[in-house]
Amino acid sequence: MKIAVCIKQVPTRDWQPRVNDDRTWVRDQDASFELNEPDAYALEEGLRLKEKHGGEVVVCSAGPARVAQALREALARGADRAIHVEDDALVTGDAFAVAGALASAMRDEQFDLVLTGLQSDDQGFAQTGVVLAETLGIAAATIIMEVDVQAGAVRVKRELEGGWFQFVTLPLPAVLTIQSGINQLRYATLKGIMAAKKKEIRKVAPPADLASRQRIVSLYVPEKKKHTEMIGGSATDAAKELVRRLRDEARVIS
Amino acid sequence: MILVIAEQQNGTLNRTSLETLAAAQQTGAEVKVAVLGADVAALAATLAAARVAEVLGVQGAALDPYTLDGYVGVLAKVVQAERPDHVFLPHTYQTRDFAPALAVKLGMALVTDCVSTRWQDGQLIVARPMFQGRLYADVAPIGPALVTFQIGAVRADSLVDGSAPAPIRALVVVFDAGAIRQKPEAPFREAKQAVDLTQAERIVAVGRGIKEQDKIEMARQLATAIGAELGASRPICDAGWLPMDRQVGSSGQTVAPKLYLALGISGAIQHLVGMKGARTIVAINKDPEAPIFEIADFGIVGDLFEVVPAMIKELQG
Repeated sequence: MKIAVCIKQVPTRDWQPRVNDDRTWVRDQDASFELNEPDAYALEEGLRLKEKHGGEVVVCSAGPARVAQALREALARGADRAIHVEDDALVTGDAFAVAGALASAMRDEQFDLVLTGLQSDDQGFAQTGVVLAETLGIAAATIIMEVDVQAGAVRVKRELEGGWFQFVTLPLPAVLTIQSGINQLRYATLKGIMAAKKKEIRKVAPPADLASRQRIVSLYVPEKKKHTEMIGGSATDAAKELVRRLRDEARVIS
Repeated sequence: MILVIAEQQNGTLNRTSLETLAAAQQTGAEVKVAVLGADVAALAATLAAARVAEVLGVQGAALDPYTLDGYVGVLAKVVQAERPDHVFLPHTYQTRDFAPALAVKLGMALVTDCVSTRWQDGQLIVARPMFQGRLYADVAPIGPALVTFQIGAVRADSLVDGSAPAPIRALVVVFDAGAIRQKPEAPFREAKQAVDLTQAERIVAVGRGIKEQDKIEMARQLATAIGAELGASRPICDAGWLPMDRQVGSSGQTVAPKLYLALGISGAIQHLVGMKGARTIVAINKDPEAPIFEIADFGIVGDLFEVVPAMIKELQG
């Protein structure tokens, strides 16, 4: 079974983004980066499927040079090799640019199954997996909570809204977007980190005709619509004051 | 013209579809609305009460049950025939499933999770959150776009009725069911829900900031002290620290209690859409820039492991 896992490297969740001077992107020079969390679940699912069915797991990412660090992390967790479509412009690219870059590098590999997270923590399009599937001309299913590989097909549990689920069977090859929480993540072992150093990261140039279909006109801190009463002081004082206000002003506790 | 795709399940329109229709009206453009399914005559009649130019009742064997390929196949034909400037859709799980493929098929842009729109020199500008809602972006789609609207972006009750029912056009779109690759089974719910948070008057909810499973007991004590149910953001339920029926947010329950007390919840957009209807929202978080403070009525920037025990003591004192 030849499995691809598409990952994105994103700024860490606790990083407070600041807007750059022309207000079209963030000042990410001072950011630290990590593997996009939903993609980490996709990677884990790929590794589990390989353990069960054999084959290989290839991690694929489209982005600037720093992305190699996330690919190395995925290799340390157990992926066999990596493909890196390297281009600085992809940082701000939309799902069409990123999926186009990935598709060009992945097409000849003839993967049986392509997994990716359902959305990214940075731009949060929630589109790339399905755009990739349509670009590659293969079937897709989204927001997946369970993957059962069968002969030439995959039966998946899709999460619907409001606590509902549904099983769907689709033919291979297919792209699945994986929901966070589908499994318990493993972390890289020292042995895995050492082994990763010898694994291949193949660099690929992006196709010339990559184009985003949307443009950021301006980026800004959201305007506050609600007046928030901030309660200061020591923890004890703040707790007392909060309880008093919830009782006497908001009247929501007795 | 803006074409709105309304979403229905078992003959009921979902509320976000009405919000999306209201958002389309508010652009000032001519609006048409399409509803899809095996039998949509009744829903088309309901939608015709709104001030729209036309209602399209789109029927076809490929539409029921829902599949990604079936919807893309049918909607591609509808959009190509109607030639709207833009297509507005609710940002639901179903839309998230098919809209990216539809955009590829039609060569259109797709701008997701929109909270508002405006026109600038004839160009549609769409506001959407980025970086987990810490920033917002005004985005200009290049050419005709599919735009998906976040739950609650526009109030459904701002939908304007027409002076007379809008004309309804029934469309039967033929799409080869054999070309549908997804074979769906009937939707189901997991084991019976032990708690119904939608009925709770007060909710104490925990997020990543609780750090350890053992610390949930502290939140439980606070909940008991104020007569609240315990809720959680997605990562807590993913980790198995609380069962899924305690999850608040777009993939869990949408709640509107009198009091929502958020402990260590940063306020990712997927969580906010599930609780921003609460009457009084309290946020306790160590990060002063956490988006949860944007919608809180009362906020404490501090260590919840100090503040919460102090609250319990005060409540019991």
